[in-house]
Amino acid sequence: MAKIKGAIVIDKEKCKGCGLCITACPTEVIALSPEVNSKGYNYATAVNMDVCTGCTNCSLVCPDGVITVYRTKI
Amino acid sequence: MADTISTKQIIKPENLVHKKSAVMTDTTMHYCPGCGHGTTHQILAEVIEELGIQENTIGITPVGCSVFMYNYLNIDMQEAAHGRAPALATAIKRLMPDKYVFTYQGDGDLAAIGTAETIHSCNRGENILIIFINNGIYGMTGGQMAPTTIVGMKSSTTPYGRDVSLMGNPLKMTDIVATLPGTYYVTRQSVHKPGNVRKMKKAIHKAFEYQKKKKGTCFIEVVSNCPSGWRMTPVESNKWMEENMLPFYPLGDFKVPEE
Ligand SMILES: Cc1ncc(C[n+]2csc(CCOP(=O)(O)OP(=O)(O)O)c2C)c(N)n1
Ligand code: SF4
Ligand code: SF4
Ligand code: SF4
Repeated sequence: MAKIKGAIVIDKEKCKGCGLCITACPTEVIALSPEVNSKGYNYATAVNMDVCTGCTNCSLVCPDGVITVYRTKI
Repeated sequence: MADTISTKQIIKPENLVHKKSAVMTDTTMHYCPGCGHGTTHQILAEVIEELGIQENTIGITPVGCSVFMYNYLNIDMQEAAHGRAPALATAIKRLMPDKYVFTYQGDGDLAAIGTAETIHSCNRGENILIIFINNGIYGMTGGQMAPTTIVGMKSSTTPYGRDVSLMGNPLKMTDIVATLPGTYYVTRQSVHKPGNVRKMKKAIHKAFEYQKKKKGTCFIEVVSNCPSGWRMTPVESNKWMEENMLPFYPLGDFKVPEE
């Protein structure tokens, strides 16, 4: 049976570390990095990309258009 | 990696499912982290891109936090004096009836200083879309009480919460404009969760379609957050909004056209 696999790309310099994508992700792919970007925000980062389904929840709620989502069937 | 495909193999143009709309400029928005203004801009830009109307859309920006919206959407935009966006939209739409014209206004702009413009434009049935961001507060000027501030809600001018005996009742603009004969489609949405974002997108699609058919005023309220003004984290503000604002401002359609 075909399985859906997703992946996200985060433009970390544009991220404001609001955390809304983390709350929206059903599979806990995203966390805030302990590192900060040049604006001083702890940016979002994919810590568990293996379980990403490419559902787009994270990118839909991101106010700053930081996340790009890809999805494929394997 | 347990699966037979690597992240690198997934990240290819043919697998793209969602990215920031090309109607958005590259300018970083000045909004506070997690602010619903940003999310609403992204959705609006997406709909304009999907409908292919970038060259034919004119937006009117308000006074309030979203005053610089014209830097963020790559469409023609005109700044209005505080609260006067629907009046300006009326003029622009009447002069250029084939353009898609919308206003984008906060609750201080639309429901306080601009109440007259809002009500009369809706009553005249101007063929425009009004997008109304209701965060229950004057965000830009420091979180003062707005007409929309709910009972008990704290703001910088109601530090003990809004007290009806002193400050009067909150104003439900969407309920009011739905009663006017000039409005065609009136709805209340939010953008704090993925499902709500999807519904909001559909609402904007519909509103522009009705405008094309010259049906009258379409009015979309977005119950939104103001993490800075509310003194909360973005995640807390959305939770507070859901628990406190949505019972008073329930989401859904107020006036649905008969198809
Ligand atoms: C004529 C006039 N009166 C008052 C102000 C001050 N002022 C600027 S923004 C604002 C309210 C903004 O609140 P809202 O419309 O809710 O937008 P938000 O900032 O919350 O997005 C006020 C009162 C002004 N700029 N011009
Ligand atoms: S696309 Fe869906 S599963 Fe993947 S990170 Fe975003 S919210 Fe999580
Ligand atoms: S929602 Fe966007 S801005 Fe907020 S933390 Fe996630 S990627 Fe960053
Ligand atoms: S003050 Fe409030 S409404 Fe204004 S940008 Fe910040 S969070 Fe958004």
